[in-house]
Amino acid sequence: MGKATREAYGNALVAVGAANENIVVLDADLSKSTKTDNFKKAYPDRFFNVGIAEQNLISVGAGLAAAGKIPFVSSFSMFATGRAFEQVRNAVCYPKLNVKICATHAGITVGEDGATHQSLEDIACMRAIPNLKVVVPADEAETTAVIKWAADYEGPVYVRLGRAGVDDVTPEGYEFTPGKAVELVGGNDVTIIACGALVGPAVQAAKLLAEQNVKARVLNMASIKPIDADAIVKAAKETGAIVTAEEHNIYGGLGAAVAEVVTEFAPVPVIRIGTKDTFGESGTPKELMAKYGLTAEDIVNAAKTAIERK
Amino acid sequence: MTTLTAEQKSLVQEKATAIRVSILKAVTAAKSGHPGGSLSIADLMALLYYVEMNVDPKNPKDGNRDRFVLSKGHAAPALYATLAEKGFFDKGELENLRKIDCMLQGHPDMKHTPGVDMSTGSLGQGISAACGMALAGRIDKKDYRVFAVLGDGELEEGQVWEAAMFAGFYKLNNLTAFIDFNGLQIDGDIREVMSPLPIAPKFEAFNWNVIEVNGHDLDELHNAIEAAKACTDKPTAIVMNTVKGKGVKEMEGQAGWHGKAPSAEEYEKFVAELLEV
Repeated sequence: MGKATREAYGNALVAVGAANENIVVLDADLSKSTKTDNFKKAYPDRFFNVGIAEQNLISVGAGLAAAGKIPFVSSFSMFATGRAFEQVRNAVCYPKLNVKICATHAGITVGEDGATHQSLEDIACMRAIPNLKVVVPADEAETTAVIKWAADYEGPVYVRLGRAGVDDVTPEGYEFTPGKAVELVGGNDVTIIACGALVGPAVQAAKLLAEQNVKARVLNMASIKPIDADAIVKAAKETGAIVTAEEHNIYGGLGAAVAEVVTEFAPVPVIRIGTKDTFGESGTPKELMAKYGLTAEDIVNAAKTAIERK
Repeated sequence: MTTLTAEQKSLVQEKATAIRVSILKAVTAAKSGHPGGSLSIADLMALLYYVEMNVDPKNPKDGNRDRFVLSKGHAAPALYATLAEKGFFDKGELENLRKIDCMLQGHPDMKHTPGVDMSTGSLGQGISAACGMALAGRIDKKDYRVFAVLGDGELEEGQVWEAAMFAGFYKLNNLTAFIDFNGLQIDGDIREVMSPLPIAPKFEAFNWNVIEVNGHDLDELHNAIEAAKACTDKPTAIVMNTVKGKGVKEMEGQAGWHGKAPSAEEYEKFVAELLEV
């Protein structure tokens, strides 16, 4: 098991902060958890705690960006995208301000804190806002690449990060490109499209399927918006069946985004792995992934069903 | 601390009347909009743009300019009328307010309107953005000032107090917030709908320098702004006692004119009244 993407974020922030003095960081009393504390220690003059006030967090970020700074604003995903949804929409995205919303503790792998802190709707909400790029990095290396890209890109970005450790899956020398999926495993029987914490299980599922002579293609779709429609259409045409996997509600997230492309351009069976329109609960990340059907075995079963539906 | 000269005062009075006429013209042409709360801040807008603020219509994005955030974004006609008067764009644009394919949106849009420093309209957010701009000025060691205008009804938004706490905590002395205390919101008297009173002690409690003025008295307004500039360790809140619809007798103190446009006949009558004074 590799590092959590929030750990990678904390380290990557310090690196981009060293390269660009215009970068400032805001947090809402969760800097030790979001790991922006690393930046605070390295650049105390460019770190500002807003306290437990997420609406102000996002809008102060908008003001900083309007005056030429590059703010990275962090909190838990639930609060940065849920409580402050309208600030993200109206203060950041409508004027297309250069704010990087890097939210941690997304998804069910938050674990023991339970349902109130497990955001399973954020991809859906953020994806619906014009001008916003939505990115879900899979592991440490990809998070590092995404933060480096976000620091250079001019415009609003939402980066979804996790609390728990995840498998390292990103190939060496990787650079993040918005709108580009990465093929991690080749195959033509079925395609598994995953993001974030589910990319590791997707790769594992491909191995299990290979043992049963099923050749699965695995795409890491870190860029939810813009989405790599070409890779999805190609996968639909070449493999004839698709399984999506994410730690998010099956409504509105990666699975929905993939299904939108597939139904419009290349209809084939799509099965979505995600939480089934339900809230989470307390438990360890591993227990929760099992209970809510987010394991490699669940992906394997969905892949077989998808192939049967061809 | 300087006092307002007779020449400055005369210029601002003339501009305030021109701004009021433009507000009515724009809202009448649009057949919708918010005249009441635009007229109540017309004196302040004229004073800010003709005396107090360092802005250049020819260089609206100058990094060292003073910033203006209309947190009560529905008073957009007042901002547009002022910017047009000042020469940020052609006055003819005012008659296209709220119309399809036109620059002047129902609420301020910083991306398409020269001189608009922040997109606003959803209440409570502009003051936070103004805090961000003031913080940026401090980080960058620039001496520009940030001015924000809030409605009194807007103070009912919880985010205003998140921002007030932030500005007080970080001692953003380059930030001045004006509260347009006209006493009326859409559903009626703010004392009856959901009273945010008392206003001044609330800002004081959040560690702001607070000054109460008659929002239509240019000397009082100017002296308060001078006092804000002189304050080195706190943001300043200037609570302006104003009259909603100020300048048009029929509109004064009427909540019904919060979001209603005059008819063509009313427009003629109101403008005649403004120009008589």
